[in-house]
Amino acid sequence: MNVPRLAYYPGCSGQGSSREYDLSTRVMCADMDLELIDIPDWSCCGATPAHAVDHLLSASLVARNMAIAEEMGVSGIVTPCPSCLKNFKSTQRRMRRPDFHAAVEKLLGRSLRADLPVMSVLQVVAEQGVRTLPDRIKNPLTGLKVVPYYGCLMNRPPDVMAFDDPENPMALDNLLLALGAEVLPFPLKVECCGASLGVTKRQIVMRLSGRILDCAETMGAQAVVTACPMCQMNLDMRQAQVNRANQSNHHIPVFYYSQLIGLATGLDDRQIGLERLCVSPRPVLASLNGENREARS
Amino acid sequence: MTTHAALNDRDPSFVEEVQRASEQNLSLCYQCGNCTAGCPLTFAYDLPVNKIIRLLQTGQKQAVLSSKAIWLCASCETCTTRCPNNIDVARIMDTLRHMARLEGLVAEPPVRAFWESFLDSVRRHGRVFELGCMASYIGKTGKVFTDADLAPTALSKGKLPLRPHNIKGLDEIRGIFARNQERLA
Repeated sequence: MNVPRLAYYPGCSGQGSSREYDLSTRVMCADMDLELIDIPDWSCCGATPAHAVDHLLSASLVARNMAIAEEMGVSGIVTPCPSCLKNFKSTQRRMRRPDFHAAVEKLLGRSLRADLPVMSVLQVVAEQGVRTLPDRIKNPLTGLKVVPYYGCLMNRPPDVMAFDDPENPMALDNLLLALGAEVLPFPLKVECCGASLGVTKRQIVMRLSGRILDCAETMGAQAVVTACPMCQMNLDMRQAQVNRANQSNHHIPVFYYSQLIGLATGLDDRQIGLERLCVSPRPVLASLNGENREARS
Repeated sequence: MTTHAALNDRDPSFVEEVQRASEQNLSLCYQCGNCTAGCPLTFAYDLPVNKIIRLLQTGQKQAVLSSKAIWLCASCETCTTRCPNNIDVARIMDTLRHMARLEGLVAEPPVRAFWESFLDSVRRHGRVFELGCMASYIGKTGKVFTDADLAPTALSKGKLPLRPHNIKGLDEIRGIFARNQERLA
């Protein structure tokens, strides 16, 4: 089979607050023979601040990365971050308009086609990696009760993101089922966590992320599984803030799906950055190992 | 609500401008309220999003551009996803904060300060330097203790690099910002 070479756009948080997402994504893809090549000297897509301030500025910041990727001889661009992804896809959509395309090239100072397919790493894994996944599982996550949390942007807006169902996506559910986990229904799987309002309007995030954690616990989950750096940070790093603000007592680990694939396929804990999670997953994983050992004996 | 007093100030050119900039047809909205029903921020808004669309239809520039809601929208795209008439409501919210900013109407200064600190970090380094962005935000707002409680955890987990990474193509990034500034001037 001809394996496509893909340009990889890590996103800024992958170098800081979501290092473990970047680490685990890279080893997971290498293990699946998905060849990711970093976009050389990539730059920030501008995230929400750029599109909230100016659409042409936002598109031009994205377009620099697209232009570099077009010189790489790749079949597409992938990124783990839904927020970067939405900026790439919206830019591509808007650049179909010739006047906007010309304005972006003028601001950027170089020309580009803006036609390479752009996808989330999750989509690539869900559509291609999942076929070989069952054969590669060494430590099934049998008995681990998880809720899949997609966040708001992975599937929305649907005509731009063109992936899975915007109200009840199942790609992550199905991946986690393939790992042997017990996937619980999760009514808030696409509800907003409050995003970067955590910095400026913390009470909003305490309420929105708080109800996601409340709901996960009500469903009986031992862990939340995400595919978004912003969601993960709000639910994990801010979990202690949420508990203080809401008088709750959550202590629930929030994994990246790539870490759980890594765990199940026998990758090393350090390679997938488990120690970087703020709420320690050790108690949950210890009970899981204990149960599985008992089941085997 | 104080919007009744403003209903005399209909500004038809404002309606045109919002429609042009957002590429949306405001007259398609028949006030079903789906956007507001799904909006996770309604509890924090001064004007629910369906009301913003209604005020837009009637040309109420001042009421819309001075609202807090346009700054608090988290761009979660729920409104756009659920509009039965395919109005890209989130794009309208983006357009409104662009316009409010240019008019100097900023009902939520901390939100604007954060966005500016973030973009300044991109202009300086090519990628966001999280620590520098927070320092700049604190400098702009005086909110000295913003997320100070997170710093020890972030540092010990290796999630808060202390030095920025400057990309090689910084001139290109600065060129984008400079030309955009010229364009808007």
